[in-house]
Amino acid sequence: MQLTDLTMLELAEKLAAGQVSSVEATRACLERIHRVDPKIRAFLRVDEAGALAAAEASDARRKAGTPAGPLDGVPVGLKDLFLTEGLETTAGSRVLEGFVPPLDATVVRLLREAGLPLLGKLNLDEFAMGSSNESSAYFPTHNPWDVTRTPGGSSGGSAAAVAAREVFGALGTDTGGSIRQPAAFTNTVGLKPTYGRVSRYGVIAYASSLDQPGPMTRTVSDAAALLQILARHDPRDSTSAPVKTPDYSAELEKGVRGLKLGVPREYFAQGMEAEVEASVRAALREYERLGATLVDVSLPHTKYALATYYLIAPAEASSNLARYDGVRYGLRAKDARGLKELYSLTRERGFGPEVKRRIMLGTYALSAGYYDAYYLRAQKVRTLIREDFTRVFQEVDALVAPISPVAPFKLGEKVDDPLSMYLMDVYTLPCNLAGVPGLSVPCGFTKAGLPVGLQILGRAFDEALLLRIARAFEREHDFFRRLAPV
Amino acid sequence: MPVSDFQPVIGLEVHAQLLTQSKIFCGCSTAFGAEPNRNTCPVCLGMPGVLPVLNERVVDFAIRTGLALECRVNAKSVWSRKNYFYPDLPKGYQITQYDLPICEYGKLLIDTPQGEKLIRVRRIHMEEDAGKSVHDAGGGQSLVDLNRAGVPLLEIVSEPDLRDADEAVEYLKALRDVLVYLGVNDGNLDEGSFRCDANVSVMPKGSDTYGQRCELKNLNSFRFVKQAIEYEISRQVDVIESGGKVDQETRLWDVNKGVSRSMRSKEDAHDYRYFPEPDLPPLHVTTEVIEAVGHELPELPRAKLQRFVNQYGLPVYDARILTAERPLADFFEACAERYPDAKKLSNWFLGELLRLLKEEGSTVTSVRFTPVQLAELLGAVDQGTVSANAGKDVLAEMFRTGRSASDIIAEKGLAQVSDTGAIEAVVDDILAKNAGEIEKYRAGKKQVFGFFVGQVMRAMKGKGNPALVNELLKKKLGD
Repeated sequence: MQLTDLTMLELAEKLAAGQVSSVEATRACLERIHRVDPKIRAFLRVDEAGALAAAEASDARRKAGTPAGPLDGVPVGLKDLFLTEGLETTAGSRVLEGFVPPLDATVVRLLREAGLPLLGKLNLDEFAMGSSNESSAYFPTHNPWDVTRTPGGSSGGSAAAVAAREVFGALGTDTGGSIRQPAAFTNTVGLKPTYGRVSRYGVIAYASSLDQPGPMTRTVSDAAALLQILARHDPRDSTSAPVKTPDYSAELEKGVRGLKLGVPREYFAQGMEAEVEASVRAALREYERLGATLVDVSLPHTKYALATYYLIAPAEASSNLARYDGVRYGLRAKDARGLKELYSLTRERGFGPEVKRRIMLGTYALSAGYYDAYYLRAQKVRTLIREDFTRVFQEVDALVAPISPVAPFKLGEKVDDPLSMYLMDVYTLPCNLAGVPGLSVPCGFTKAGLPVGLQILGRAFDEALLLRIARAFEREHDFFRRLAPV
Repeated sequence: MPVSDFQPVIGLEVHAQLLTQSKIFCGCSTAFGAEPNRNTCPVCLGMPGVLPVLNERVVDFAIRTGLALECRVNAKSVWSRKNYFYPDLPKGYQITQYDLPICEYGKLLIDTPQGEKLIRVRRIHMEEDAGKSVHDAGGGQSLVDLNRAGVPLLEIVSEPDLRDADEAVEYLKALRDVLVYLGVNDGNLDEGSFRCDANVSVMPKGSDTYGQRCELKNLNSFRFVKQAIEYEISRQVDVIESGGKVDQETRLWDVNKGVSRSMRSKEDAHDYRYFPEPDLPPLHVTTEVIEAVGHELPELPRAKLQRFVNQYGLPVYDARILTAERPLADFFEACAERYPDAKKLSNWFLGELLRLLKEEGSTVTSVRFTPVQLAELLGAVDQGTVSANAGKDVLAEMFRTGRSASDIIAEKGLAQVSDTGAIEAVVDDILAKNAGEIEKYRAGKKQVFGFFVGQVMRAMKGKGNPALVNELLKKKLGD
């Protein structure tokens, strides 16, 4: 067994026992990145010097008996949407090529304070807009389970790096499924916390009312440990909730006996791949065997989630991305004559086709004369979707459902068909619109050896329960022990 | 139809910079005049990933203004984004309030030749200022200074209740006085901390349908407001008279040429794509907060003026000058507590103190003497210890040094001689030396009396008590 095959908590245990140093663990990651990343292409940027310096500092703390926390010294990676002071941050876009932030995102600061060496920046769909990592302006990331396939998106680099054991864990962001879907595609655990649970300060915005950072790990316990660091009220984010942070590990092992788990019938629509559905159904039966009660429930407005999302998210994005104008930072069309040309050339060259498509969609949805019909109506439907969840959570403790109707698909397979790409997010979008937490836990493989994930959705700020439900399943199976063949 | 057959209709939008120490959504200083881009941070520079956090002081100032203008303060108001591209707008949108502003439905009284008039205030909302673009900076370049980006503004919008340029200027002055009194704005039109746009239209007299309006910008003095509105009224009347139609447009006032020119037409108007700001939750203001702000509201200019007339028996003219600025009014009242004759006190303020302040180019807050010291001086004048003329010199000295009146009078020997014996000796001496003049006086040339007074005062170096000098001379000359 290699050092990089350990989970975060297993490594932390060895660090605490002095059996291995953080520098050794960090070097092991760097060597593995060196060896496998040319095939996976998860990293946009490796910060070898920064990671090793942090690892040395961590070892010194461990030696002095003053570790900064349980994960002190465990190296992780960051989706390239998180600002890192002094380290280039691009959001996977040409428009931010060469942009070196003057500050750390709040969650990056929290990781540093907790002593985690940061290995570098991970690939993503440009500005987190996409479900396959193929809209990255730099290159697509490959799925470690089958390098001809996508690791999902937009946090595909984070998921692939975790699955390929290049990092022990990673941060992703989830606006419409961008943590959960790549986790499902790579046999990893991904948690989208409740909107407002984790600070968005210093996270490059895609759709402000939906974006939420979260942990991506190999195990449920690792996710709980990482969330423990991230979940903090942040006065710099006015949408950050002033809610106390519970101990996410305290009830992890309590099982599901006596819990009522809702099975939303709208999440098992036609068009789902048979093998995916079979895996998910098997997982549901497993929960019954473990003592949970399955309840057939309905979230009737689910069918409007896709249309609602593709009005609200692009509308916010069209405004959020207005700042990339070539005036202050990032790409600037130096050959432009006059102001209008500076804008149009900078943005024409800086943004890829998917980003442009969403800026146009959003601009249209907000335009005078269309606002009421599109944006305003979408907000009303969003309220109905949220009420669906509120109502169903009076009846059940959590929901169990598929993440994606399909298994990881071939790179290039859907790039020319944006609509079919959008349709794949149909089971992950409602969670963001409602602001509730959602988790993806490995629940099996197709015959071809492609991972399938199970989605668990819960009440706002009920992350601890989601983790407990996921852990109950994980304990019974060895999926996380299966390592991607790289 | 001549101009006199048209009724102008005017509404004003005022942008007032708030006197907070820091910006509306970050901790940067709002100080004016710093080196370009010095007062900036990632938030007001519109860096990727950063988020706004509301400065609560701005809300306090907005409520204060709303209550002073008798507005309804909304329990819930909403932040919106106004989207447009410009280099001095770092995020590509301005955070403002649109559908639900913090205050609505207020009013302000103004004076017109026909008497008091009520001007309705439609709404007050909070927003962030943009930066400044500096064009033709050399080499054909335009430069951007973002020190002003994120400085808090109140936009105060009137209903179209104003009917001519003079009313518009009166409204602006009254509004400025209120804001300055509240301590929320410095009222400075030159530096642009108090800015005004005017919406102007004309309609035939007697009509109740407003004409097409034009928006006038760049009105950075009361004089330009008046000129630009009058120009716009006659321009619109000319257009209609010559059979044309007024186009809805934004026009820029050219200070040098005294004309306005079209800046953009309705077709070029921006679609600002307003939508609720997702980075800021709706703002909730409790009744307790509104009441607390209401309790701290100072007396407003109009009420103070009225009180100065009633309480001190001052003419409106005096009261208006004394209440024009809150510190001057406060200082006057502090003095009036210690000196009973308010009209006399007002004369000293209007005649002497304001002149001294003007000469020194300072304001009443920098006056070096205390109300007690001023009361002492005025008392000395009343009692004849010092002449009114010498008193003015004493005040000037007090103004320069802050020393007490009695010290200055003693040191400079300015005290009047009111000792009858001492004056009598001088009178006798002068009469003895001027036997010829006494003859003339007794022969009926009464104007010689003034000669004797002058001689006595000169001999006494101006310090003789004039009343006593007169009395003794008359007695000796046998009147």
